[in-house]
Amino acid sequence: MNKTHNSSEHLLHLLHAHQHQHHFISDDAISDIALQLNLPRAQVEAVTEFYSFFHRTPRGRYDILFSNCTSCGSLLLMRQLCEQLDVNPGETRIDRMISVDETSCIGMCDHGASALINGRPMTSMTSDRIKKIAKLIEAEDGIDTWPPEWFVIDDHLQRSDLLLSSSFKPGSALKVMEEEGCDASLEKIRFSELRGRGGAGFSTAQKWQFCREAEGDAHYVICNADEGEPGTFKDRVLLSSYADTVFEGMSICARIIGAKRGIVYLRGEYRYLLEQLESRLAKRREERLLGESILDVEGFDFDISIVVGAGAYICGEESALIESLEQKCGNPRIRPPFPVTSGYLGQPTVVNNVETLAAAAGVVIHDSHWFRGAGTWQSRGSKILSVSGDCARPGIYEYLFGITIRQVLDECGADDVQAVQVGGPAGRLIDPTHFDHQIAFEDIATGGSFMIYDQSHDLLKIILGFSRFFAHESCGFCTPCRVGTTLLKNTMEKICHGHGTAHDLDELRRVAALVGRRSHCGLGFTAPNPIIDGLKYFPELFEARLLNREVEPEFDLDASLEEARQLTNRDDAEAHL
Amino acid sequence: MNKTIKIDGVDVPFEEGQTIMDAALAAAIYIPHLCHKPGLSPHGSCKLCTVDVNGRAVSACTMPACEDQEIENDTPALKEERRTITQMLFIEGNHLCPSCEKSGDCTLQAVAYHLDMLDGHFPQFYPRREVDASHPSLVIDRDRCIMCELCVRASREVDGKDVFAISGRGTDRHLIVNSPTGKLGDSDIEIDDLAAHVCPVGAILIRDQGYEVPIGRRTFDLHSVAETDLGEVKLSKVSRPDE
Repeated sequence: MNKTHNSSEHLLHLLHAHQHQHHFISDDAISDIALQLNLPRAQVEAVTEFYSFFHRTPRGRYDILFSNCTSCGSLLLMRQLCEQLDVNPGETRIDRMISVDETSCIGMCDHGASALINGRPMTSMTSDRIKKIAKLIEAEDGIDTWPPEWFVIDDHLQRSDLLLSSSFKPGSALKVMEEEGCDASLEKIRFSELRGRGGAGFSTAQKWQFCREAEGDAHYVICNADEGEPGTFKDRVLLSSYADTVFEGMSICARIIGAKRGIVYLRGEYRYLLEQLESRLAKRREERLLGESILDVEGFDFDISIVVGAGAYICGEESALIESLEQKCGNPRIRPPFPVTSGYLGQPTVVNNVETLAAAAGVVIHDSHWFRGAGTWQSRGSKILSVSGDCARPGIYEYLFGITIRQVLDECGADDVQAVQVGGPAGRLIDPTHFDHQIAFEDIATGGSFMIYDQSHDLLKIILGFSRFFAHESCGFCTPCRVGTTLLKNTMEKICHGHGTAHDLDELRRVAALVGRRSHCGLGFTAPNPIIDGLKYFPELFEARLLNREVEPEFDLDASLEEARQLTNRDDAEAHL
Repeated sequence: MNKTIKIDGVDVPFEEGQTIMDAALAAAIYIPHLCHKPGLSPHGSCKLCTVDVNGRAVSACTMPACEDQEIENDTPALKEERRTITQMLFIEGNHLCPSCEKSGDCTLQAVAYHLDMLDGHFPQFYPRREVDASHPSLVIDRDRCIMCELCVRASREVDGKDVFAISGRGTDRHLIVNSPTGKLGDSDIEIDDLAAHVCPVGAILIRDQGYEVPIGRRTFDLHSVAETDLGEVKLSKVSRPDE
């Protein structure tokens, strides 16, 4: 009925394969792929233009995307490389050898300055390295011949607790479930009070129960591995070193809700994990932990496929993720109905975060107090934090819920802290007077991002960076978010460049409130957070940049004469205002 | 036994399966909207129909009506927010009413009047968007497109075709045509299709009909949008747009 069942024929995968070979997606390619998949041509064109990693004009044979995240990005290095290779950011050099651009956080925040080179993450970059890269590119050396240590990605596991310290034998959770029965396992998860780890905190047992009870031709379980929130990289580590626990969590969910098929939606930035994940899945099939009659139990049929995204933060929103799986643009759906009743292909679907699924497998294996006995009464168990920014030991920290911001800062070696962004740009900007607050759903909820800024940072610039991020990542479906995020970005730029007035601060507040309240989905609801928190906790930073007058024109008359100056070849004083 | 919702303190009956917008329109209560048209599947993207239901912001066109809903619709605060959203739609495109053939028949313009909008307020984005004049009897002026997707849905749901789609992301969103060349002239749209007539603004225009109805005698010169956008609209292939 549809070809999305075969992941090698998924639209996103065909577009990726084509671009990998030809460095862009031409009009003819769009027509060919539409024909091959029997999709409307406009759908293929729309998808190509929706995802950041697909291009309609040729990119270089070396296509380098520097992260613009405050933790794993360095636009300074990007500009250095551009200068050495004589290419402008965002453009392709005339010989089509090289293109350089920026991209949203690539999840390497514990590795310092990082970039994607033809899709492959390169970490811990320095100015010295940039010089070497420039030489290698001019010599046309293949990336495979570049020093492998440039591409090393470590787990940086700094602190483990419940989840990360227990060893896991593949199949062990499934065996417990088959012995106890599905109902008992679901009850165990209910008793554990496990809540979704993506940040929203919905009860996992309840979600599974709703989906189980919903009628449909088929049920699906989806693992949301579209870890796009800047500053978050814990799913990267879970999928690198704990993949079996995650797959087992999916299998348990499948057995409980009656799903025969599961899908991992892996963000495009983590494509480098695809091969090892596929081989884990193959191993599980060999060990009869996936496929037909799992553990030789008749009727326990379940398999997992992987779909790789292509650069769209919005696809972390569960209904946008489902749209993307259905080979469409990642526009969030109207809710209700919710995915538990009408999700993938209109069927009942559970979408869970990577960490939630891993925790569910842990809950099934252990005794009932293992999880419930830890954390706070509204936030049971542990939370894996991705700690990055200005600290001595960035990396993965697993804590029991209830840990304070201050304790985390102490343990990772952060001094002279100006602010912490907890939960990424969509989360909260925390000032030092709030460092005694706890990481918990009832206090400071987070999907896991924990970015530290010491006094050396210009916080306003960081907030501007976040507002650029949201303007870039807004899908554009609804008016308040599509236009509002760009208005917020433009006003932040005006203020940061020293052209803002008190009126602009009022406008920021008014537009921020509108976007946060009237948008279509969570992206819009949270997009103004950095600005709202900044105005609340660091008002003096904004005020210090303001001009001491009522209104400053939006229109810069002198700048708008630039084109005329260039045309007339003049730059003398008379040609300026 | 009638089930009701409360809109601005007034009891409004509804039937199972109706949205707040359906129930309101049936009771002759106007909730401003642009991307909604009775008979086409609701979309919820323009957000002009945003209302507060028991204190929560929702889109009236997509939210199912159910009992115990106390809805705020016609309040000064919501009017201001809707005006701001309308201003956003104006400044993100290139809407120059005095030189637009649709002036007086344009729902965006009419909604702006209804909301007492006097200016665009925000700095203009001045986007560069393409015109498609490849069709002998239709023209697409993307400068005026507000991404409501009425044409997308009309083509798919009423005309049984798939002529239009929205491509791109964020402020780069734009209307595209499902044809081998991407041009309207190479698509299977016909002049009688609903998609050719459903555009609430001047983004899809019928050629050779400019100014047949003079300014001053057009729909919104004679009526407020709060009157015209109430009733059940018949959706079918039309032979004349202005009947």
